[in-house]
Amino acid sequence: MDKHLMSGNEAIAQGAWEAGVAVGVGYPGTPSTETLEALVRKDDVYCEWSPNEKVAFEVGLGAAIAGVRSLVTMKHVGVNVAADPFMAAASTGVNAGLVLLAADDPSCYSSQNEQDSRFYAAFGRIPCLDVADSQDCYEMARAAFELSERFDTPVMLHETMRIAHTRTLVAPAGAREAVAPRDYADDIPKYVMMPANAVKRRVVVDERQAELEAYAETCPFNHVEMRDEKIGVICAGAVYQHVRESLPEASTFKLGLAWPLPARALADFAASVDACYVIEEASDYFSSRVRALGIELAEPPAAPLPVAGELKPQVIRASFGVELPAHLVPATDLPPRPPAFCPGCPHRLVFCELRRLKAIVTGDIGCYTLGAVAPYGACHTVIDMGASLSMAHGMELAGAPERTGRPVVGVIGDSTFAHSGITSMLGTIYNGGTGTLCILDNRTTAMTGTQGNPVNGVTLTDSSHKIGPLDNPTGKALDLLALVRAMGVEDVVEVDAQDLQAVRSALKAAVANTEQLSVIVFKAPCRLIDRSRGKQPTIRDCRACGQCIKIGCPALGRAKDGTAVIDPTQCVGCDQCVQSCPFGCITKE
Amino acid sequence: MADTEKNGAVVDGTKTILLVGVGGQGTILAGKLLATVAAGAGLDVKVSEIHGMSQRGGSVSTVIRLGEHVSTMVCDDGCADVVVAFEAVEALRAQHYLAEGGKMFVNDEEITPVSVNIGNFTMPERVDERLREMGAHLLDAGVIARGLGTPRSTNVVLVGALSTAMPFDAELWRDAVRACVPPATVEANLAAFDAGRDAALRGEAR
Repeated sequence: MDKHLMSGNEAIAQGAWEAGVAVGVGYPGTPSTETLEALVRKDDVYCEWSPNEKVAFEVGLGAAIAGVRSLVTMKHVGVNVAADPFMAAASTGVNAGLVLLAADDPSCYSSQNEQDSRFYAAFGRIPCLDVADSQDCYEMARAAFELSERFDTPVMLHETMRIAHTRTLVAPAGAREAVAPRDYADDIPKYVMMPANAVKRRVVVDERQAELEAYAETCPFNHVEMRDEKIGVICAGAVYQHVRESLPEASTFKLGLAWPLPARALADFAASVDACYVIEEASDYFSSRVRALGIELAEPPAAPLPVAGELKPQVIRASFGVELPAHLVPATDLPPRPPAFCPGCPHRLVFCELRRLKAIVTGDIGCYTLGAVAPYGACHTVIDMGASLSMAHGMELAGAPERTGRPVVGVIGDSTFAHSGITSMLGTIYNGGTGTLCILDNRTTAMTGTQGNPVNGVTLTDSSHKIGPLDNPTGKALDLLALVRAMGVEDVVEVDAQDLQAVRSALKAAVANTEQLSVIVFKAPCRLIDRSRGKQPTIRDCRACGQCIKIGCPALGRAKDGTAVIDPTQCVGCDQCVQSCPFGCITKE
Repeated sequence: MADTEKNGAVVDGTKTILLVGVGGQGTILAGKLLATVAAGAGLDVKVSEIHGMSQRGGSVSTVIRLGEHVSTMVCDDGCADVVVAFEAVEALRAQHYLAEGGKMFVNDEEITPVSVNIGNFTMPERVDERLREMGAHLLDAGVIARGLGTPRSTNVVLVGALSTAMPFDAELWRDAVRACVPPATVEANLAAFDAGRDAALRGEAR
């Protein structure tokens, strides 16, 4: 059988496709995004981006209840957004298979928290499959739909960033299962979660749990590998691979089914080794549950395992007193290189002006979170999707502008506004808020790799080949100004985010208007979708004042004498520095 | 390929190659090329990439591990048999990953991070000297790519250099280039690969 290099996400798409999945739906979020982007390129499956994960889950549930297999994808914090329908669906069951991909991000490579989604599976008492490489992703995605139908329950497929974004060899069957749609039949007691029905479904969930616990004991995705009987390790996912690397002689119990746990099999394993350990990352999900089964766990001999952060083999080695190979110590004199706004990024001037205003800025999730870092320091809260607008209202209620003498400004991106910002803004409007809210409309969902969204109207079918904004997208593009006006805002303007004077005066006018709510839509395309380059400016008679440097463009540096220099390999000719020089020394002459 | 993974094996018969650079420099394609070659040679292979926020001009890394059977996909301290740095400061940032006796290829260019431009930090001193002290091979990969008229193929020039440290036939690498890059850029990338390989073989790596 031919083997192919696939990322975990591509392998999940392959497995789901072979299982006859008919609908794929999700919201982009690292590290889950590429799953639907891979699935949409396959035949006979329909995929779409939803405005948010709650909507996505509900679309998937509707499709499953109507009789077709559905895959719903999201990152871990997206599961929080989808938690409401998720918990109800755990009670109703599904009809056709419904699989929820939950992609966790230990060590927060691209996330606002470190969260273990498997707790949701245990909370909702639905089966949770845990993958350790792309072959697992493929096989378990394939099997998950059948499992979902067999037990009439949504199934969580759980991966972490290291699995999602590691390419490993997969041997796919390559053929799509012919799965006929299941009949839809009205079933009000099952699908209408009014109290009288819900209390009865609770009993069904209890019975299902007992059946799943029996299944867990023989689940083919749990693997016991006996090696040295002195050490036994219970583990799953990427951690299994790290354990094999760092403790190659240890016996392992690899849990492919993370909920429910196979109580008897785990007890047998623990009894078969001298010392039994749980090794897991950023969580006590397994250790707390295994202990609750009455299984005694040993502590690593040299040092406790860390409670937070992604594991690596060397961390396990340290805990078990295994020496690392000789190596240089890390260099300590290096300048940090965190991510930065790209040259020409349309967010840059907005944050320069928010800094100038000394505003308290409630920010949101997206590239523009970088407004918090040097040289801007102009983003003071980032909590979750949509929080910028509602928190600005809360700050207004607390009298923050009067007490600090600083305006409060909520800042949100276009995709995030569609995701959760509309209801946040509505709350402010409804309750007579008078602050300033900014929508940064860069025409794409940039952070996750330029996906379409309801604001630009580019659908997943349109954008499956990453073609950026379309003049005539197949989806309906949202008219932001009309929407904001229709919600009742009178002071709303659209401003070119690349025009410094326009950005400055719009913000000044908005914060000066303390009588009513002001909304500014800053519009200009992300440089990842608009790769056009303008003429590179030239610098003459630079006075080394450093004002242009303060805009934080990666293409702008300083010579030894303090004068500004432009890096021609990075400059995109956007004119932001031209507009920022107080002496007119940077020109396009 | 039985000898392959024994050749220079450090961790249980597996080779670890670490690619480091700045977001946008093309480490992901470089990793894909090596992985394609290794898989084509019948080896097990894992390629771990960083996506998302770090790609916005931040430090990035790709780990490729290959051998008869590969377990972990990450690189521990002192475990990289080969480090390829697309930028010199990032080479220093990765120095603790280099295995004893491991090889390091460095594109001899420095990209100044915003943290330095705005005056909060300074660039490190004696970069080239420090790299040579640890046995690194410095290459003008960016200069070579620009000389070929394709500045964005710097990553493939470095892959050419990397190929000299790996036990795979050059033609396998060229096949991987043909399979992995957009059709319109195949010839340019093949030229970049050959130029990087020739520079490393001729000892132009300093």
